[in-house]
Amino acid sequence: MSAAGVRLTALLRKEALQIMRDPSALAIAFALPAFLLFIFGYGVTLDAKEVPLGVVVERPSADTAAFEGKLRQSPYFETTEYRDFAAAERALEAHEINGIVWLREDFSRRMRSSRGATIGAILNGVDANSARIVEGYLQQAWAAWLADAARPGGPGAALPVAVAPRIRFNPEVRSRDYLIPGLIALVMTLTGALLTALVIAREWERGTQEALMVTRATLREILLAKLLPYFVLGLGGMAASVILAVTLFRVPFHGSAWALLVTSSLFLLAALGMGLLISTAARNQFVAGQIAIIATFLPAFILSGFVFDIGSMPAPIRAVTHVVAARYFVTILQTLFLAGDLWSVLLPNALALALMAALFLGVARLRARKRLD
Amino acid sequence: MPITPEDRPALELSRVTRRFRAAGRTVAAVDALSARIERGTVTGLVGPDGAGKTTLMRLCTGLLLPDEGRVELFGIDVARRPEDVRARIAYMPQRFGLYEDLSVLENLELYARLQGVPAIQHAARFEELLHMTGLGPFLGRLAGRLSGGMKQKLGLACTLVQVPEMLFLDEPTVGVDPVSRRELWAIVDALVRTSGVTVLLSTSYLDEAERCASVLLMHEGRLLESADPASLTAPMTGRCFRASAPGMDTRRLHALLARSPGIMDATIQGGHVRLVTRAAGTPPPSRIPEARNLAVEPVAPRLEDAFVARLLEQAASPEPPPTPASTPTPASTATAREPAADVVISADRLTRRFGDFTAVDAVSFEVRRGEIFGLLGANGAGKSTTFRMLCGLLPPTAGALRVAGFDLRRAAGAARGRIGYMAQRFSLYGDLSPRQNLTFFSSAYRLRGARQQERIGWALREFGLQPMADAASRDLPLGYKQRLALACALMHEPDILFLDEPTSGVDPLARREFWRRIHALAGHGVTVLVTTHFMEEAEYCDRLIILSQGGIIAAGDSERLKALARSAQLPNPTMEDAFIAVLEGAAGARAA
Repeated sequence: MSAAGVRLTALLRKEALQIMRDPSALAIAFALPAFLLFIFGYGVTLDAKEVPLGVVVERPSADTAAFEGKLRQSPYFETTEYRDFAAAERALEAHEINGIVWLREDFSRRMRSSRGATIGAILNGVDANSARIVEGYLQQAWAAWLADAARPGGPGAALPVAVAPRIRFNPEVRSRDYLIPGLIALVMTLTGALLTALVIAREWERGTQEALMVTRATLREILLAKLLPYFVLGLGGMAASVILAVTLFRVPFHGSAWALLVTSSLFLLAALGMGLLISTAARNQFVAGQIAIIATFLPAFILSGFVFDIGSMPAPIRAVTHVVAARYFVTILQTLFLAGDLWSVLLPNALALALMAALFLGVARLRARKRLD
Repeated sequence: MPITPEDRPALELSRVTRRFRAAGRTVAAVDALSARIERGTVTGLVGPDGAGKTTLMRLCTGLLLPDEGRVELFGIDVARRPEDVRARIAYMPQRFGLYEDLSVLENLELYARLQGVPAIQHAARFEELLHMTGLGPFLGRLAGRLSGGMKQKLGLACTLVQVPEMLFLDEPTVGVDPVSRRELWAIVDALVRTSGVTVLLSTSYLDEAERCASVLLMHEGRLLESADPASLTAPMTGRCFRASAPGMDTRRLHALLARSPGIMDATIQGGHVRLVTRAAGTPPPSRIPEARNLAVEPVAPRLEDAFVARLLEQAASPEPPPTPASTPTPASTATAREPAADVVISADRLTRRFGDFTAVDAVSFEVRRGEIFGLLGANGAGKSTTFRMLCGLLPPTAGALRVAGFDLRRAAGAARGRIGYMAQRFSLYGDLSPRQNLTFFSSAYRLRGARQQERIGWALREFGLQPMADAASRDLPLGYKQRLALACALMHEPDILFLDEPTSGVDPLARREFWRRIHALAGHGVTVLVTTHFMEEAEYCDRLIILSQGGIIAAGDSERLKALARSAQLPNPTMEDAFIAVLEGAAGARAA
């Protein structure tokens, strides 16, 4: 083996021994993604389920009973019946219920008239997002019930326009199926940057970096010896996250494993490159960790399209999202999970990741010096 | 072996300057420094903390580039061809880069491969290194589980996996106990003898520099002297004396002698006063009316005397010399009148266990009011544990402990109010000014209103901090930081002062000033307790105990302890000799 090969393998072996003996790297690679997936996977969902709903029935009839029954059967609502509106309002104020459906006393009569019946819906708008979701469900439930009612043999309502939504790629419209792939991208952004930034900062803190600098190991060997082990570790964390997503959260995966491997590799190189870049500036673990979170995790959270739709951002902010590597990976992962190997989407995003990886690694290489200043 | 002609020096520095920007101003860490180091010699780079030693080391090894000037190693310009230089040198940074989660052998293997030692030579070379360092039995142990001294030896072994032409050691003996220190020196000496390696070793211990063939004396970035120790101390011959006056208080004797004409330097050492005169012709006064049986005898000059002389000479516009002894010091001018024999700290069979490990084992001692009492010991001897129990930070497992009249097991809080504490690395808030630090620490000790303002004014005046009262503390020179730390510890006028290695790395003048203050405080009845493994600090104590493996192995004043090490071969043992002799005696007794 050449002298350079001996040095590189010596450094790689050192890194492997350290990873096995010091659990902090393993914790970042495996425990952190799993932990974040659990928190976000179980905690963050944009679906509303079993929303407590008050139903005010001013004059009970067969129609009101039928409509109420429809609401009660739905997995989205849990209903409580009130006789008058004031009682329901008090319950709303006491946070016992999140919304009120108001069936007036002329409900049955107007249902059969040409003007058609209306229902009143009052929603707690403090959480605007879930209020909108509940509103959507209510409208769907109402439309569905009217459609039922208009069918022959039904109570015989004036026929409203039938809504027939067909949703592709996520037929169950489970927000989790859409969020978890994005979440994996987010988690890998953080672990990728933390892995390299923290381990190099640790070498500075312990004085080992200064000792390495004066050995014959070249800068390329020193950087490669950091990149390779944590690349492998990062891929391991990635695989664990995907497996968790598919098995525990039952997110379908339509893409191919090799497309996932290639795009994940590109993304990890970009994330690790970012970590290397941070490490050229931060020489202690605390600062490195702070920079990694602020420079990678937060932009990825807000600007990657993981939760907040990029299309609806103002143009200048939309422009900024182009330098957030996670943005491309979020798109890639959502595509791979929900749609499959859709090359027209995957290729441009993969190319962008490759460019970012080259950029970060290149700048990190140029900025690193075998000197202390 | 060197390719360049033999007559070229190993290292040549010509007007090397390196500046750093800190807090908006530029400081020259190394200032137009020129020096040369001959092949096959051990050169000591000596100076207090902040003198620029580490920067100079980094400039020599190509880790920093000079702003001006040239560094040449074996005729190669380090700035231009750092890799060619690195192939021929070895460098051990101050905190050597041992991988603590790798074993001794794994560390050695890593560095051997990085330095291109052929695999076939590993076994033989490792054997040699392990034999040299005595680390053979610990081959499989993780580096993080080694003692401080062993870590340092492993660091040296890793640095030496390949015999270099020139070896740079940056403060290799900091934080290492005297025994390991001696072993490290033996390794370096053997290396020079057998392989003709050139060594540049930095240290802030002046006694260590006396072992070097030549010395570079650095202060504030500049080279003060470059010569062999003998010619540096030569001008001091006939100027150093030891004075004692049986039956007279040493502090009073010191005060009298320090004021005598012709005296350049006077320091208290154990029971006597060490004097350095301004010129060789004028001996110190042999008769002082107040000291009737004054005895003065000549002693051998030390490198430190030469350094102090040089620093005093250089201080052309000296700040007014601090005269702490004349100002009535805070604490307890009232209590000073109490009988001197009161016992202020008493430990009786003090024991502390952590699980099955006994860190402190039935230690008993008493400290009297106004005494300066030293706690000496190698790393892991139980010093810090004892110290924490005395401060009331750690409850003893067994035994009785009374501090300032309070039983620490019952009234630790009350006792703490009577204690001032100055930590090793001066725990100050660097972003706050001296005034703000004083305000904070005095509030922490519940000083309020006019009383607080009075104390802050006192501290700023007394410690000469007025000119920089509102500057950021982090930018103060080390000596001033130390003054400020001491001032903070004295804000509440404690009866007892705890000092944890208070003057390691501080320049000799600042150290003298510090100890003058401490002696003045002790003279006013403050009891001072010092922990250290720094032998020079031990000399300033009235009485010492030496701890080893949790127990006291020797007690007495420094003279008595030194006497334990006196032998035909060693007529004038140093404190370090005494320490090692006592430790070896204890180890022998345990083995028997």
